[in-house]
Amino acid sequence: MTVTSESSMLDLLTGFIVELRAAGLPVSLTENLDAMQAITHIPIEDRNAFKYALAATLVKNNAHWRAFETVFEVYFSLRGPGYALGGSDESVQPEDDDTAANPEAAGAGTGGGGGEALSPEQMAEMLFRALQKGDEAMLRALARQAVTRYAGMEPGRPVGGTYYLYRTLRNLDLDTVLERLMAEARDDAPAPLTPLEERLEKDEFDSRVDRLKQEIEAEIRRRLVADRGVEAMAKTLRKPLPEDVDFMHASREELMGLRKAIYPLTRKLAVRLARKRRHGRKGPLDFRSTVRHSLSYGGVPADPKFRYPRPAKPEIFVVADISGSVAAFARFTLQLVYAISGQFSRVRSFVFIDGIDEVTRFFEGVEDIAVAIHRVNTEADVVWVDGHSDYGHAFEVFWDRYGREIGPKTTVLILGDARNNYHASQAWVVGEIQKKARHVYWLNPEPKAYWDTGDSIVGEYGAHCDGTYECRNLRQLERFVEILE
Amino acid sequence: MDSRFDSPASVRARLRDVDYLSDDAIAGVVFLADRLGKPILVEGPAGTGKTQLAKSVAEILGARLIRLQCYEGLDESKALYEWNYKKQLLRIQAERNNESTWEDIETDIFSDEFLLTRPLLEAIRSPEPVVLLIDEVDRVEIETEALLLEILSDYQVSIPELGTITARQIPMVFLTSNNTRELSEALKRRCLFLHIDYPDMEREKEIVLTKVPEITENLADQVTRIVRSIRQLELKKSPSVSETIDWARTLLMLGVDSITEADAIETLNILLKYQSDIARATKELSADTSQRRPGVPRTS
Repeated sequence: MTVTSESSMLDLLTGFIVELRAAGLPVSLTENLDAMQAITHIPIEDRNAFKYALAATLVKNNAHWRAFETVFEVYFSLRGPGYALGGSDESVQPEDDDTAANPEAAGAGTGGGGGEALSPEQMAEMLFRALQKGDEAMLRALARQAVTRYAGMEPGRPVGGTYYLYRTLRNLDLDTVLERLMAEARDDAPAPLTPLEERLEKDEFDSRVDRLKQEIEAEIRRRLVADRGVEAMAKTLRKPLPEDVDFMHASREELMGLRKAIYPLTRKLAVRLARKRRHGRKGPLDFRSTVRHSLSYGGVPADPKFRYPRPAKPEIFVVADISGSVAAFARFTLQLVYAISGQFSRVRSFVFIDGIDEVTRFFEGVEDIAVAIHRVNTEADVVWVDGHSDYGHAFEVFWDRYGREIGPKTTVLILGDARNNYHASQAWVVGEIQKKARHVYWLNPEPKAYWDTGDSIVGEYGAHCDGTYECRNLRQLERFVEILE
Repeated sequence: MDSRFDSPASVRARLRDVDYLSDDAIAGVVFLADRLGKPILVEGPAGTGKTQLAKSVAEILGARLIRLQCYEGLDESKALYEWNYKKQLLRIQAERNNESTWEDIETDIFSDEFLLTRPLLEAIRSPEPVVLLIDEVDRVEIETEALLLEILSDYQVSIPELGTITARQIPMVFLTSNNTRELSEALKRRCLFLHIDYPDMEREKEIVLTKVPEITENLADQVTRIVRSIRQLELKKSPSVSETIDWARTLLMLGVDSITEADAIETLNILLKYQSDIARATKELSADTSQRRPGVPRTS
């Protein structure tokens, strides 16, 4: 490497690390230095090794891998042999720097290889064959071809990558292709496919189609980066880490990610809480045990014994608003609380919109919490008049029906945004609960800045609680559960 | 320091020689750890070959593997070193009749002879090459983690009575974690991070073929395809690689050469350990997906 390319490499790496930090990854100075040292041992041409070298020094949490990968693709997609076309295409490759400078040339260069003369039907046929055989090189080439042909990308056009992706995929009509693949697989089989074989075939084709989609996405991203520059693209693609995803505004995909992230989290919490309980402080002297043990020292209490405190496990009442806006939040919190229910003597749950219903029965004897939550959402009787949140009425009914069951060991968690649609607040109920219960906590999925604006009356309820917490993402939820006892 | 490996590719090839099938990430990180002289923190689901990686690296380097199994309550005297208290007492007793001074005895009983080395110190002091494996580091309390920090960053151990003992050669260090708790920032910062996930289908098939040599290519293919399908379900515990291998062995012993639904369902309990998981997988594997797909004409 020449001196100039080395210093430009350092610049690139610095920009890369700034972007990682902006995306929320905690990269320390030592790690930064490690990364710089690491890349002196690995040539950038070996892109995979280069990526893993950076990842090993910079990413210390697997949940952050996706975020890292996105940033990496943006920053290094125009470097290394990413543009090399494999398989059928023998055309001369443009130099990397040219490609970066001139996206049209890149498009023409990659498109000009083998595909320009093809009709759409021929291309669809080639795609079908490639998917059927699982020919990776061919799929990559076709992905590029498809983007050139269908995405309609123009330099400087201010639309997001998703738009191009949508256009390309619509033209390829992968669902039909998938059906055709399955139909052919059935015909080719000597005997009718059993459900098991059917499923395996489908999984195989699904994974190949997924790979094709990833290739297309990567190709679009490469071209966008070439067009708009690295920093701008990194900024548009920046996504929150799973633990920072806002419950109330999570997309479908993000919710899937959250569901995956919550399971290891609950396991971690359970271990931590159990540990905390075991490793309590030493208690007062256990006189009886000390005397008993002193016998072996001739009556000298040489080995004092202490009574270890065994704190009673609390009983938890979860009272959750499950109206549309906060349903996702209630879902995750319920899931979390039930997953660590071993740490509590008992968990009871109540859900409300304007009416309230106890849903503990849905969770009893159910191994899969997701199933129980589905039943909560479909079967619980929570609508009283119009299905708009009415905290006041719900609380009143709760107090009437279940109030006497709250005892000094009960911790009550109330989940909701306290947007009461201007109904009466009935905050006295929360006050009464606080008098009887051990603790009352309010968890609000709204950002703190929005509290007590509009019809939110969280302040009014909060006055009677032992704590009100902003709980917008898994990170905050985790922090809260830790203080729970 | 002369390095142990030439390139990631050579790491991969040599690991393959001892029947450990790595991938780009594993080989790359092992190579880098050697070049940078840094420990590797290996994380991932149970049964994906984290501990085996350390063993295999030790094997290809011809190094001795020193293993520290972590558990709750592990402390300095079990991990680093301990003074041989009984021997020290004996020494003092024996000294009583002689005319030696207090200083003499003191320097004497705090010498090498009375030191009991534990795994960490042993790895540091060893003259021959070693690979140090600190297994399941997430099991120790967060305070105990601090014990490891000096070793991991400077490869040295400070013993108040003796001074600092520095490593004669920098050992390869592997820490494994099942991620039951968040490790401290200080520990993570000192290590290279490697996440070993379930392998992709091709690699898993290779692993099955290597570990169960008698198996046919066709059966191995079927096994890994079914395992992949099962891993896509939302389960309490997905089947690990070692469970895949067990399953392949079982099928082989039962004399199955092409897995039918009935075979799969009967032997699911080897892959899955929870009743609810087995029930779900049974349902999914036998569900007839062809009926749910509308609009596909069947030619017959």
